[in-house]
Amino acid sequence: MNELPQQLANGLILGAMYGLIAIGYTMVYGIVQLINFAHGEIFMIGGFGALTVYLVLPDGFSLAAAIPLMIIGGMICSVAVGTAAERFAYRPLRGAPRLAPLITAIGLSIFLQQAVWKWYPDAKKDRSFPQFDGEPLSILGANIQRGSLFVLIAAPLCMLALGLFVNKTRSGRGMQATAQDPDTAKLMGVNTDRIIVMAFAIGAAFAAIAAVGYGLHNGQVGFKMGFILGLKAFTAAVLGGIGNIYGAMLGGLVLGVAESLATGYIGDIPGMELFGGGAWKDVWAFTLLILVLLLRPQGLLGERVADRA
Amino acid sequence: MTALLEVEDLRVAYGKIEAVKGISFTVEAGQVVTLIGTNGAGKTTTLRTLSGLLKPLSGKITFDGKPLNGVPAHKIVAMGLAHSPEGRHIFPRLTITDNLRLGAYLRDDKEGIEKDIQRAYDLFPILGERRKQAAGTLSGGEQQMLAMGRALMSQPKLLMLDEPSMGLSPIMMQKIMETIVELKSQGTTILLVEQNAQAALSLADHGHVMEIGKVVLSGTGQDLLHDESVRKAYLGED
Repeated sequence: MNELPQQLANGLILGAMYGLIAIGYTMVYGIVQLINFAHGEIFMIGGFGALTVYLVLPDGFSLAAAIPLMIIGGMICSVAVGTAAERFAYRPLRGAPRLAPLITAIGLSIFLQQAVWKWYPDAKKDRSFPQFDGEPLSILGANIQRGSLFVLIAAPLCMLALGLFVNKTRSGRGMQATAQDPDTAKLMGVNTDRIIVMAFAIGAAFAAIAAVGYGLHNGQVGFKMGFILGLKAFTAAVLGGIGNIYGAMLGGLVLGVAESLATGYIGDIPGMELFGGGAWKDVWAFTLLILVLLLRPQGLLGERVADRA
Repeated sequence: MTALLEVEDLRVAYGKIEAVKGISFTVEAGQVVTLIGTNGAGKTTTLRTLSGLLKPLSGKITFDGKPLNGVPAHKIVAMGLAHSPEGRHIFPRLTITDNLRLGAYLRDDKEGIEKDIQRAYDLFPILGERRKQAAGTLSGGEQQMLAMGRALMSQPKLLMLDEPSMGLSPIMMQKIMETIVELKSQGTTILLVEQNAQAALSLADHGHVMEIGKVVLSGTGQDLLHDESVRKAYLGED
């Protein structure tokens, strides 16, 4: 049986999506120690933004030509919602007990889901997302749908851009300083409010790219799509070491591949037949999370909390 | 000529607890002024208020002719007031060079920044030797040097140093104090908060003794150094 390359490819596609979304969780957590549980919905809104752009483009516009515009449209929607959430929902609660913004995030998450469900045309069911025509490509023994390649290409490019931004630009340095010691960052002249908005915006933009990848891979977007995927991406961020951007991508890939392999192979183990198949994939993902929390609570690339001083 | 920094009847509170209860003092350009006093006297609170990290309850702060009340911290740096905080607070996971670069966060003159980084290495050669190392790996004294070097990177008109000798070995403390003397001789205006009253008063032009939120005694460094009550309370003499 030669399905291993296929399982790995499926895992990487899924993992790249998790990783891109996980960046948003990890950046925001790294800077304001807030778990933005509405981030899954910011991802979802990016998907609807991209779809909307496609729908309003005139007939005859090829999908390949539309994709850059769809990315921009998705980003605009995600970033607008993400930064508005920061400004109007989270910022007023800065300094409040940490439970308050957490509950707000959950409330916002439900609100955004319901808002799309109610007001986006025909969003009560999943809406179909444009697909590339043509046969799947055979790469290293795996069959990959053309649309699924998108996220595999986008993820490394995004990481490269983010790495350059964080390490080579003034704002990136300001962001690292804010994450390590916000008061001292202010003493350096860093406008930490702006850095926080920037972290939300970058996370939202990456989520929008992930959403375009999700749409092209799955062929549809729906108002619920951010819930479980957001939770998985959060898992990926914790897995990689929350606060660490490279950890988020690594955690996403590890989670995606682990989930894919577990789904594919656990059922083949004698005595485990009952646990095979896709219905169990979430169980394996969260089992992995529990194991990591038990064995390496700081995550794969995370630093011990004592380091934050 | 008006003073570079003028503090008038400054009051600062944490919730209902008043930590600074109406203090006034000035710092003239080119001077070294020190605030001494025991723990909890309100010295650090005063500095954190001057740099905008804390909001005053009342009072007036004028720096370089402009009011500082209500100006956010990141804009105060831009006006020329740098603060090297108590406990050093270097950025542990950034390199020494990046820590220094952050000190120059608001500057746009690339060449000038590189020149000043070199100056910091000249002032503290150990920092130059370890420039690519994460700052968290430095010893306490080296971190203090980095914190001071970083504060100087903004080319401040006034440098505020909070407890630069805290927790350091006597040799390192000596070195830090020598550096302050050197900065003073170069014309840097310094507001120094120290628990080591002897060292601070010996190099200061002016000193203010703080006790539970108030200035109880002021004078030149030499006067205070020879004042009997100061000697008893802060210099450990009977």
